Amino acid sequence: MTVDPIHQFAIQDIAPLFTVGGKHFAFTNSALYMFIIVILVSALMIAATIPRAIVPGRLQSAAEMSYEFVANTVRSSAGTEGMKFFPFVFTLFMFVLFANMIGLIPYSFTVTSQLIVTATLALAVFFIVVIYGFWRNGLKFLKLFVPKGVPVYILPAIVVIEILSFMSRPISHSVRLFANMLAGHITLQVFAGFIIMLAGFGVVGWFGAALPFILVVMLIALEFLVAFLQAYVFAILTCIYLNDAIHPGH
Amino acid sequence: MSGGTREDGNHDQAHTDEAALSARLRRLGEGLGQARGRAVEPSDDTGGDRATTASGYAKGFRLSSELVGGVLVGAGLGWGIDRLLGISPWGFIVFLLLGFAAGVLNVMRSAGVAPGAKPDSGPSAGRKQ
Repeated sequence: MTVDPIHQFAIQDIAPLFTVGGKHFAFTNSALYMFIIVILVSALMIAATIPRAIVPGRLQSAAEMSYEFVANTVRSSAGTEGMKFFPFVFTLFMFVLFANMIGLIPYSFTVTSQLIVTATLALAVFFIVVIYGFWRNGLKFLKLFVPKGVPVYILPAIVVIEILSFMSRPISHSVRLFANMLAGHITLQVFAGFIIMLAGFGVVGWFGAALPFILVVMLIALEFLVAFLQAYVFAILTCIYLNDAIHPGH
Repeated sequence: MSGGTREDGNHDQAHTDEAALSARLRRLGEGLGQARGRAVEPSDDTGGDRATTASGYAKGFRLSSELVGGVLVGAGLGWGIDRLLGISPWGFIVFLLLGFAAGVLNVMRSAGVAPGAKPDSGPSAGRKQ
């Protein structure tokens, strides 16, 4: 019995939609899970805010904690002015967090293990930073690429390097989340596959299978940590980049 | 002296025995402590390693993605400029190297070694001059 650790990332069509220029567009399992995530996050927030209790219930305190957590992150890394981007950062954080967490349910699909999804989110952040930066600061936004106190004769090279560094942000921003989820899920699948393979060897194999089983239990715990941590890292990086748009070139 | 104690009888004999015993016990305790210290130190280290493995792995991912991002953007931009201006392969060569520099800059900023485009960039860069 062999286990294919990549199979879990396959995109499957659920319902074909339309064809544009020979390309088939379909409602896929990825899209289905994105809908599930959005519905779950919305349901959590709506159901939590209906009671409006002064002493919050379980659901309400979960919603309030997530609000406080993201609000503190935004305030600490993008300043009070960054709070105008709070809805955006909160949406991103909750989407990524729920995508990562739902992906840990067996047989489910992990939306954030698709590079195209994380790249789209990272590019959205990138373009918001560029557009808002120019809209708010005008050409002063370009001061971001001119570090202070650099001798004039190496300034052109430094500016080019700074621009390249700025342009590489969406890549590292998206690849970090994608690679973490991909690697984590492949590791889990491979070790879970060891359990099945070893158990196939009879009684001795059952004892051997206990080892990867213990490891998988530990890995699951680690993956929950990574799922939360990567959502947090995605949000905090977004805040840091937005901070550049609000206060360029100190 | 030992003769004296022997003459004095069992009581003093027991006393010196006790002193010797306590000295031996102390020596043994020290030895054990050292051995335990030696035994504990490495295991403590590995324990610490295990605790930092998760964060070290996260850090490795972060830094490597920063470096790769810089190089990829440089290579992509250079390739695009070559296609646009038809100066292949010079744009690719120059921008790949610049992209590598940008990647290293990203890594240093991400690791907190280099002053970033952050509030501390001005003063520290000024101090260097």
